[in-house]
Amino acid sequence: MSEAALSTRIALVGSPNCGKTALFNRLTGSRQKVANYAGVTVERKEGRFVAPSGRSFQVLDLPGAYSLEAASPDEAITRDICYGRFPGEARPDVLVCVADATNLRLHLRFVLEVRRLGQPMIVAVNMMDAARRRGITIDLQALEAELGVPVVQTIAVQRNGAAALIAKLDVAGRAPAPGSETPNDLHAEVRRLLAATVRMPSRTAALDDAIDRVVLHPIFGLLLLAVIMFAIFQAVFAWAAPIQELVSAGIGALGATVGDWLPDGPLRSLVIDGVFAGVGTVLEFLPQIIILFVFILLLEESGYLPRAAFLLDRLMSAAGLSGRSFIPLLSSFACAIPGIMAARSIQNPRDRLATILVAPLMTCSARLPVYTLLIGAFVPRREVAGWFNLQGLVLFALYVAGIASALLISWMMKRWRRGDGERSLLLELPSYRLPNLRDLAIGLWERAHIFLRRVTTVILALTVILWFLSSFPGAPAGATGAAIDYSFAGKIGHFIQPLFAPLGFTWEICIALLPGLAAREVAVSALGTVYALQAASDDVLTSQLSTIVASQWSVATGLSLLVWYIYAPMCLSTIAVIRRETHGWRTAGFATAYLFALAYLASLVTYQVAVLVFG
Amino acid sequence: MKLCDLAVGESGTVRTVEDNSPADPTARRLRDLGFVGGERVRLVARGPIGREPLLVQVGFTRFALRIAEAGRVRIDRTPS
Repeated sequence: MSEAALSTRIALVGSPNCGKTALFNRLTGSRQKVANYAGVTVERKEGRFVAPSGRSFQVLDLPGAYSLEAASPDEAITRDICYGRFPGEARPDVLVCVADATNLRLHLRFVLEVRRLGQPMIVAVNMMDAARRRGITIDLQALEAELGVPVVQTIAVQRNGAAALIAKLDVAGRAPAPGSETPNDLHAEVRRLLAATVRMPSRTAALDDAIDRVVLHPIFGLLLLAVIMFAIFQAVFAWAAPIQELVSAGIGALGATVGDWLPDGPLRSLVIDGVFAGVGTVLEFLPQIIILFVFILLLEESGYLPRAAFLLDRLMSAAGLSGRSFIPLLSSFACAIPGIMAARSIQNPRDRLATILVAPLMTCSARLPVYTLLIGAFVPRREVAGWFNLQGLVLFALYVAGIASALLISWMMKRWRRGDGERSLLLELPSYRLPNLRDLAIGLWERAHIFLRRVTTVILALTVILWFLSSFPGAPAGATGAAIDYSFAGKIGHFIQPLFAPLGFTWEICIALLPGLAAREVAVSALGTVYALQAASDDVLTSQLSTIVASQWSVATGLSLLVWYIYAPMCLSTIAVIRRETHGWRTAGFATAYLFALAYLASLVTYQVAVLVFG
Repeated sequence: MKLCDLAVGESGTVRTVEDNSPADPTARRLRDLGFVGGERVRLVARGPIGREPLLVQVGFTRFALRIAEAGRVRIDRTPS
């Protein structure tokens, strides 16, 4: 028998904010695998652990749901797996229903819904530490007797906090829950259970009230939000810079060592001009991506993100979005793919569509390599008004341009599709929580892992292909121009250049745009490869790419390419994820077309104006 | 009166949630989240612009609702 057949399959279910994912991390540690459910892009998180007895368990972390009467694609998955009717997923052997001890009134109702299924289940009353601090006492034994299913306490953020749950799982033979005993009026039953088993001195945490008075204040709240956003972007650029320089120097030194060791010839060119010049450049952006995700995860874990959504809902709904769009759009600053996937928590189809369509306009971290290269090359490092740096201001302006365009476009879409039903918000603002370092580390590792996997697979492969296209065929004997002019890549670049000539793009840029479709940052590594091959001497490494670019392109070309990258859908994975999320090519095709049209127009205007201004 | 007519800081008791359309999914979700007859609610805060959304405490949980959603919830104001 296979290992999978021997182990017990358990699924964690529970309402949003019950601490389910923290409990999942506690149970499985780093032994987890993130993928998608067949046919949909809802994240499927699975892990495993071995109990003290040696029994092994497979744990599935189901999407959070308030009810099995699903109201969103996420909740539908949870419902279908609980009923055992999701294609390709076996029905779990045991359902572990997680409830927040401080929010039992809401979560017990869901527990009762799950009990109604009549399957083996365990109720995990989570965050017992927080409940105790607030003076809440829960008689778990009485609750177990009333529910007729095992009830255990868990503290997901503590070592051994899941010991009681593991012990309860680690016994043979499980009785199905007495599903038919569940009365019809679940709310009345919850009230009865609470009266019989829970003593609660106050309905809310005093701390939450105090923090919310400031955080949700009409003036201070908005100010605080602005300060937090500014601090994040400042940190992403200021703090990451020294680490990036270290990474860059390290890669440079490694490249030089390897270069000395390899004999002259195509292999050396592949390693130095292809791999080191290409992939190395992209790797330098890992620190920025990690810092951005540290902040996003911190805000998410602490409970602040829904507050930001509360503050911005009215503003965003005027622009045809919703407060719920804030979280997907903020994630899109790191990468549009998780952002577009996060949009499935938006119940209203129109808001969800608008969010998906404008998410690619948020400046993702993959654009940073392109922006930093071009800004470094074309914008002078000058103080402005004694406080700001001109380069920083230009970068800020590029972010603002993306956001402003997104608001404008969603507003236009709202005008076109007027009067199509009511749009709801219905967002829970959970209790504030101190972020847990372990959960933060696991979340960060997940993100870094996805990025590194991309670098070592897609980006590496494309860099090698591009190196090949740029190196062969070699220059004929007696040729005067650079060798790359005669290569396949040179021919392709020259062929498509007329289309982009009105935007001021050179044929080298045109070559870089093509592999850049796989991932925006590849454009930089491609330029690195193209210019490294073009250069007479071998010692031209990526750190000097900015100097080469500055000397070979006009200012107008640089600015035009910057503007191009605000809009251009230069990322096939984003298009693919839009197609999957919207079940068809229609929306994905529309997104591609409108973004390309915008990019072309904006770059055209930028270039023509810049030529007039800078000559 | 409707939930959205409460002033910030005021409380009330839910009478019922009305369907705006047959099998109104928003009304059903409101009931799932605990807006059912006899439940105490409190208006904690309002959004900074346009007095929207509303932050409503029901049971131990806080939800942000738009005026259109809160308008479905009929309540009796608790005299202060």
